[in-house]
Amino acid sequence: MSGGLSGSRRDFLKKCLAGAAVLSTGGRTGLLAAAEQGGVAAKSRVVVARDATLRGVNSTVDAHRMMNLLDHAMQALFDRDNPTETWKRLVRPGETVGVKVNALGGRGFSSNLQLIEAICERLQEAGIKANDIVVWDRDSDELEHAGFHVLTGGNRVQCYGTDRVDYEQELVTHGSVGSRLSRILTQRCNLLINVPVLKDHDGAGVSIALKNMYGVIHNPNKYHPNGCNPYIADLNMLPEIRTKMRLSICDATTASYEGGPGYKPEYSWKNNALIISQDPVALDYTGWQIIERKRAERGLKTLEGDGRAPHYIATAADAQHRLGTNDPRRIAVVEV
Amino acid sequence: MRTGVAMRGALTILLCVACIGKTGCNRERRAQAAPFPVSNQVAGWVKTGEIRTFEAADLWKYIDGEAERYLKAGVRRVSTADYKFQNKVDAVVDIYAMGNAEGAERVFRSEAAGDATPIQLGDGARWYSQSLVFHKGACLVRIVAFEESAETPQALLQLGRGIELQLAR
Repeated sequence: MSGGLSGSRRDFLKKCLAGAAVLSTGGRTGLLAAAEQGGVAAKSRVVVARDATLRGVNSTVDAHRMMNLLDHAMQALFDRDNPTETWKRLVRPGETVGVKVNALGGRGFSSNLQLIEAICERLQEAGIKANDIVVWDRDSDELEHAGFHVLTGGNRVQCYGTDRVDYEQELVTHGSVGSRLSRILTQRCNLLINVPVLKDHDGAGVSIALKNMYGVIHNPNKYHPNGCNPYIADLNMLPEIRTKMRLSICDATTASYEGGPGYKPEYSWKNNALIISQDPVALDYTGWQIIERKRAERGLKTLEGDGRAPHYIATAADAQHRLGTNDPRRIAVVEV
Repeated sequence: MRTGVAMRGALTILLCVACIGKTGCNRERRAQAAPFPVSNQVAGWVKTGEIRTFEAADLWKYIDGEAERYLKAGVRRVSTADYKFQNKVDAVVDIYAMGNAEGAERVFRSEAAGDATPIQLGDGARWYSQSLVFHKGACLVRIVAFEESAETPQALLQLGRGIELQLAR
């Protein structure tokens, strides 16, 4: 893993960020607006940060190295030398930040605890009060099983599931989806940091940033036919999700290339990486390519050959959705 | 007076129904717990959590999109419990109760074998360094360890054999 950025790389990154000023305020909406305003297709930056020595002797992720990895990834994404400055581009004191994890995979395959702790620490350094940070997913028991400690109240980082506060009574709709949203999203959070896991998925092909939003609604079981397409894209068009999503940090420390979304160690590998972007479509596209490379290495068919190519990614990028880009010519993958 | 007798009769019937219901529920809970070895029934293995059960309609809450594959094969429910081996290795045991043996075999065969070591266990088994999957009758059993160690494969196999014995009873 490299240290600071060279001058030529810094210039390259600046050229890629035609909409950088807008990114700091408007999230995905801002990114698309910048691209349109500029008339020049601004590239979506996706940072893949990897540390081959991320784990200690017993294969547990080292907390200090995880913090360093997160810092390197954020600094590369936002072209800053100071990690706190990167987070200050995302959040403002007084805001409540929801950190949407993925706890479905249980102990072996959920958003990494050391990563979540690192995110929470950096958010606090950026001026967010501890009890204005909510680490959450759909169910508190599921969070506990994944190793999180459920905590509500007090002056500490909060952690609980939607089961504690319920879903909104009203259905919200877009296209093919009609769902009730978690009140954690609608009533508790000003913005979302999305922390999915890099996974193969039985139906959708892959489950990464966009599909992590299935944990926000009361009826995800209705949206699995046809490879979860166009449900994933339509879900991410819901205003509460689209406007609040500020950043996706994909936990790719342990990833799966087959047999997902549940944890099957025989089809997982210690990738020791984070993939971060403000463009969740570009992130999902990049993650998909990583999984395909691993599948090829292991002698498996492509997801297309297996009858489950992640078509939802193209849908999310199409003219009706414009949630980001899946065009590799418009994605700048930065490896650090 | 007649009203009083009628009310006592109705109350008695209600109490009987409640008792039968409770007995039925207890019986069902015992049936779901039966395949799970109690602590130290298999050497070195301690059961560290309560058994959780997800009926077919709620299976998605446990395994998300994978539920489709099990539903098509006729799953009735999954029961799951956490275990620990010699205070070192955490593992989870999932036992899927399928509608019949064909359903269990169907799910088993729908998964790639990969680098599995073939072994004699149940009606068919795959053994990996960190997991063990086998089917026996109408049940599909999956044991997944969360840590890798030199002892993990043999420990998983012993636990699997213990579960197989329970299923055979």
